[in-house]
Amino acid sequence: MTVIFLILAAITIAGTAAAMSLRSAIHCILALTIGLVGLAALYLLLGAQFVGFTQILVYVGAVAILAVFAIMMTQGPGKTIQPILSTNWPAGVLVATAVFAILAWAIHSTPAHSTPTQPDVSVNQIGAALMHHYVLPLEIMGLLLTAALIGAVILAMPEKKEPQ
Amino acid sequence: MTPDTIDQIFVITKHWLLGYVPSALQPIVSAILSVVPILVVFPLLFAITTVLERKGLGRIQNRYGPNRVGPYGFSQPIADGIKSLTKEDVIPRSADQVVHFLAPLLLVLAAFLGYAILPIGRNMVIVNLNAGLLYFFAIGSMVELAVFMAGWSSRSKYSLLGAMRAVAQMISYEIPLVLASVVIIMATGSLSTVAIVEQQAHYTYSLPHWFVFTPWGFAGFLLFMVAATAESNRSPFDLPEGESEIIAGYYIEYSGFKFALFFLGEYLGMFATSGLAITLFLGGWSAPFSFLTWVPSYLWFFLKLLVLICVFIWIRGTLPRLRQDQLMNLAWKFMLPMTLINIFTAALWHFMPAGILRWIACTALLVIPCIALSRGLKQGKKLQVRTYRFAE
Repeated sequence: MTVIFLILAAITIAGTAAAMSLRSAIHCILALTIGLVGLAALYLLLGAQFVGFTQILVYVGAVAILAVFAIMMTQGPGKTIQPILSTNWPAGVLVATAVFAILAWAIHSTPAHSTPTQPDVSVNQIGAALMHHYVLPLEIMGLLLTAALIGAVILAMPEKKEPQ
Repeated sequence: MTPDTIDQIFVITKHWLLGYVPSALQPIVSAILSVVPILVVFPLLFAITTVLERKGLGRIQNRYGPNRVGPYGFSQPIADGIKSLTKEDVIPRSADQVVHFLAPLLLVLAAFLGYAILPIGRNMVIVNLNAGLLYFFAIGSMVELAVFMAGWSSRSKYSLLGAMRAVAQMISYEIPLVLASVVIIMATGSLSTVAIVEQQAHYTYSLPHWFVFTPWGFAGFLLFMVAATAESNRSPFDLPEGESEIIAGYYIEYSGFKFALFFLGEYLGMFATSGLAITLFLGGWSAPFSFLTWVPSYLWFFLKLLVLICVFIWIRGTLPRLRQDQLMNLAWKFMLPMTLINIFTAALWHFMPAGILRWIACTALLVIPCIALSRGLKQGKKLQVRTYRFAE
């Protein structure tokens, strides 16, 4: 258990670290994908099948492909070298430190004995909860996504020429 | 030997072999014993399929096809394998070396991972996952990334165009593919492939309870197979490798064994999606009649798989390639609405009392929108027999 956890954690951290430090944008996205897959494997290790596979489906299948597609459409196959440090790196360091401090404080202030036992949640239970208890939030999200989809289609439609 | 022993012979052999292994090593040996047959059988099937496909296409196009190597040309894959192994591996100088090397490996890896949840026979599945279907589609999305890596890292215009076409096509057709299988999840209430097959392996009057024999199951099967053809980049959806426009698409800069790996990955992906179609709609390993249940279950699975492969070859030899706008119109304007209507029909089927009325209502609910959609999409377009000036 701990050995597998250490290996997966190392893969995740290495992937995300590479995503920050590589120079080519495509390499960064591919490295980030490794980190996301490592995170999905950590979920699976905890017994959360639904979250783990959804993580792969959404982040590898949709988010990474979207980012990659945007770069493919705009950059072309030439080599693009960017500087490692962006111009506003001090602000980034500040935000990262603040987030880490809050998370560390939250974890540290949680008493150790309150660690809950691992609940055995099956996909059926998640589906039933989504369809019964949380059906309204689910439908609102569906409506929101449909509106976004229609908006994207309207943006992509050819504009009518004004009569001169 | 009873029929049941022959049916379970591989399971029994595995347990017998596991008995000789110390209990500390048993999980890992068990995994190896399950995975290695998959790694042997499906590439072998790939080899047979290449000959079948070339001979079948040859017959459709009024020629012989390969018939020189071995009896009736059936040793052709061995010659092809030796050729691709001994060829020089050319990597373009400006290519992104690491990504260029990793792309075919990732493609084959993703293609193989899908087989983990396919029940090939009774009790013959590598892992019975609670969320099996979700796993399959999650793994399928990794193929897109591999295709993109191949196209982008080659640093060639044709590769990039091919990768863009392939990724756009795969994203578009993944939606109907998933939505077409949602009806099965609704009917069975489970995402586990083993449970889905077991629900279909019942018989009334010696006829099976396969989902393809219901109106929504039949429509779902057709929609699933069209989307699966597009997902595996096969004709008539083979625009990503349209040789008349972009030569070979995303794997144009690959040679030798890496090219063979792309070929292998593509066919393995096709077998895996066909296997999933069999599992979801065609009853998996179950026999088509109750008096044929003495035939081993794995034979039924591979027989069904071979039939689907032959259909794929037949379609490839028959239909011309689609245009890019036709491809997108089919996915978004026809397949997507039809899958949504199909989901509604499956719900109606569930709530109506069994009887002839249910059949009529559900069939009408599928056929009428199908005709209306086709008519609506045809409007404003003149379709007539094409006249050729020179080729007659």
